[in-house]
Amino acid sequence: MSEAVTIQDPRPLGPVAYLLCLRGIMWREALRFLHQRERFVAALVRPLVWLFVFAAGFRAVLGVSIIPPYETYVLYEVYITPGLVAMVQLFNGMQSSLSMVYDREMGSMRTLLVSPFPRGFLLISKLLAGVAVSLLQVYVFLAVTWFWDVQPPLIGYFAVLPALILSGMMLGALGMLLSSGIKQLENFAGIMNFVIFPMFFASSALYPLWRMNEASPLLYNICVLNPFTYAVELIRFSLHGQINWLALAVVAGCTAVFLGAAILAYNPSKGLIARRGGPGG
Amino acid sequence: MTWPKIMAGALAPLALAAAAAFGGISEVKAFSVYVSNEKDNTISVIDSESLKVVKTLKVGQRPRGILLTQDGSQLLVCASDDDTVQVIDVKTWEFVKELPSGPDPELFILHPSGNPLYIANEDDNLVTVVDIENNKVLAEVPVGVEPEGMGISPDGRVLVNTSETTNMAHFIDTETFEIVGNVLVDSRPRFAEFTADGSQVWVTSEIGGTVSVIDPIAREIIKKIGFEIPGVRPEAIQPVGVRITKDGGRAFVALGPANRVAVVDAKTFEVEKYLLVGQRVWQLAFAPDESLLFTTNGVSNDVSVIDVARLKVVKSIAVGRFPWGLTVSKD
Repeated sequence: MSEAVTIQDPRPLGPVAYLLCLRGIMWREALRFLHQRERFVAALVRPLVWLFVFAAGFRAVLGVSIIPPYETYVLYEVYITPGLVAMVQLFNGMQSSLSMVYDREMGSMRTLLVSPFPRGFLLISKLLAGVAVSLLQVYVFLAVTWFWDVQPPLIGYFAVLPALILSGMMLGALGMLLSSGIKQLENFAGIMNFVIFPMFFASSALYPLWRMNEASPLLYNICVLNPFTYAVELIRFSLHGQINWLALAVVAGCTAVFLGAAILAYNPSKGLIARRGGPGG
Repeated sequence: MTWPKIMAGALAPLALAAAAAFGGISEVKAFSVYVSNEKDNTISVIDSESLKVVKTLKVGQRPRGILLTQDGSQLLVCASDDDTVQVIDVKTWEFVKELPSGPDPELFILHPSGNPLYIANEDDNLVTVVDIENNKVLAEVPVGVEPEGMGISPDGRVLVNTSETTNMAHFIDTETFEIVGNVLVDSRPRFAEFTADGSQVWVTSEIGGTVSVIDPIAREIIKKIGFEIPGVRPEAIQPVGVRITKDGGRAFVALGPANRVAVVDAKTFEVEKYLLVGQRVWQLAFAPDESLLFTTNGVSNDVSVIDVARLKVVKSIAVGRFPWGLTVSKD
């Protein structure tokens, strides 16, 4: 009996152990990111292309109506910046979570998943690591946009931090949930087509919702149901030092649901992984 | 120095900057902005602290030009379709009297001493000079067709009137009431503004899309300023109102349906920046300390507020329909 106890629980895991584990996961994610310089460049170039090329062509489109949180007319560049910030997080969340597929293939994930830490803690650590990387990408992007005359109030740069953490968690958790159902990394193209693009385009990232409603009520309803819309609005309001409570509630709720589902899916005894037996046997 | 202290030291200026960015307006002494709404026949009064409309006053038909008397006690409003200038007490909001303005008064200007008033009569091709204390017409000066813009030199000796159809800036001697010179400018000149030192007068041409900077002594154009905004049709760039800072460093030009205010370096005449405001911006007015600039946006029915130091539009305030002119109280 006592022997069994020592095998199962050699010593209780203290907070230090948890922190050590978190640090390890974050450090791994950071190293992976830093070693993939193209990924950083890509993460930055993608929204900048939107800003410099797409937004420049649409400069005159907006500026006919003032919608909160703006107190005056804004240029299109100013309008789409929060959407592009969310896009950075969307790509990063998907990439980071889908790297789980790679990790599973390579075996390093399996090592991690059999560690004595609770599965939920491991997944949250992994999510936080991904969010930390996205924060770096977002702040570099915001720094560049500042020179493009997208200059939110100074306080916005601080206020947006918690919003970014939450929206990053939501998008990462969604990616994690999806990754549990994906066998191979090649499926990222599918994720692009079926998750990233629809989420990005059918949201308030590129056009305000009233515009969508004028164009097509159906599209408007899709946008309203899209959690990504709320991530964008949460970021938009916080970047102007305000809180959009509805967006906050939706993003927090979706984070909880996606995370819960992901933890369930990664549960070896119940989740999707168990059912399929995992990749490569 | 400990780490928290360093952090506090680094964050304190940031916090101050943030506080300034949000509450900067409240540092300025409170004043009021009076806006004439051409279509609603009203005056909207904006409080500078809340940046909200605190009062709306019914006035005569088609109010356009609007001014405060020298002592700030009375508001003068061109009620164009009533062919009169109304005088309103700003404390009691009562109509004090009407001035004999001549038909269709559009825009006017006070002599730097506070009296008389020079009124452009759009339909009659006249500039009417009115003694506002004795309610008397002192003179009627025939000018070009459709007079509108009115500028007066800081010493009060030269009045410049622009006529929209003749395309001229007429230089009028304020003692003899005679035209002493004319300068041909680009088409549809609508506004004239002297620099504080009196060395230049800036005249905007709405259709021509330019601003002519004129030497009032030689009566020659020193420089013609053009505008170009990426993504905006050149025809939409229609300069109307101009305001120049007292130090002569910067000029702001309202560009009509381009929905922009151009920021011009008044020394080099280079355009520094375009600020997005509401639709069809026509007239501009500075706060007493020049920290803010207010614009009337005729089509979007609002007034945009520009932070002059940061060159940013901070807010747009809904007023009545077709806001046309505006003036700011000293306190």
